[in-house]
Amino acid sequence: MAYSDKVIDHYENPRNVGKMNDKDSNVGTGMVGAPACGDVMRLQIKVSDEGIIEDAKFKTYGCGSAIASSSLVTEWVKGMSLDEAAELKNTSIAEELALPPVKIHCSVLAEDAIKAAVADYKEKQDK
Amino acid sequence: MDINKNYFEFIGLPVSFHIDQSELADRSLELQKTLHPDRYAHKSEREQRMAVQYMAHLNEGVATLKSPLLRAQYLLQLQGIDTFSESSASIDPMFLMEQMELREQLEEIPEQDDPFEALDDLTGEVDQLLKQLRERFAQQYQDQDLEAATSAVRKMQFLEKLVVEIERLEDRLDG
Repeated sequence: MAYSDKVIDHYENPRNVGKMNDKDSNVGTGMVGAPACGDVMRLQIKVSDEGIIEDAKFKTYGCGSAIASSSLVTEWVKGMSLDEAAELKNTSIAEELALPPVKIHCSVLAEDAIKAAVADYKEKQDK
Repeated sequence: MDINKNYFEFIGLPVSFHIDQSELADRSLELQKTLHPDRYAHKSEREQRMAVQYMAHLNEGVATLKSPLLRAQYLLQLQGIDTFSESSASIDPMFLMEQMELREQLEEIPEQDDPFEALDDLTGEVDQLLKQLRERFAQQYQDQDLEAATSAVRKMQFLEKLVVEIERLEDRLDG
């Protein structure tokens, strides 16, 4: 199966790979996985006092499309408010990366990951 | 013989996660003999075609029942449960965290002083986790706690993927 140029670019030069301290109160961590293919994805956001995402990091063990989807999301969410980030749709990811139908689930995984990271951050703030 | 029968019934074993591998081998050998093309050489074309279909069903069945993961998936499939659904929401984050760590551990193996020893350690750890999951699945399936059993199989799928990655690294280190 042929990957699009954008997928290859993110796969070869992934943006924002790394890890933040998930104990920090201004960090939200989203851990998701796809049982069918065994892919695991961690996506983290650092949020300012004003509720703006200042930084994002990810680590994905999976196929090129899963890596590209999470890499793209970390680029997109920087500068977004939490609500904007939580509204991110997998369809925009799939469209941007020109994912074929069999790889759509990778973009769903990335959407789930950012939603989980936002939820984790909010939960921490409520404590 | 009837190819509409499930693999357990077709082969003549009780529908259960616990199967006797030597019994499976014996039963499949017997069936293979019965279905041998030589026995059908003088029969009608229709019967020969049926024998080929039986043989295909048998081979698929043996492959499915031999592997603990495929067997567990098949048992759930017989109950109408698809363990391949893409939903990630139902997977316990602690388990995913552990999966992440195991994959990080694997990634660092080539840089270790003794990569082969590190690989052995990781293989041992993963085998242990798989063994625990299989035992848990067997119990949950027996208790008909299908939700828990499905979750156990999904976890096995992550670990089996890791086993494939471990084998890939092993080949690379050997090569």
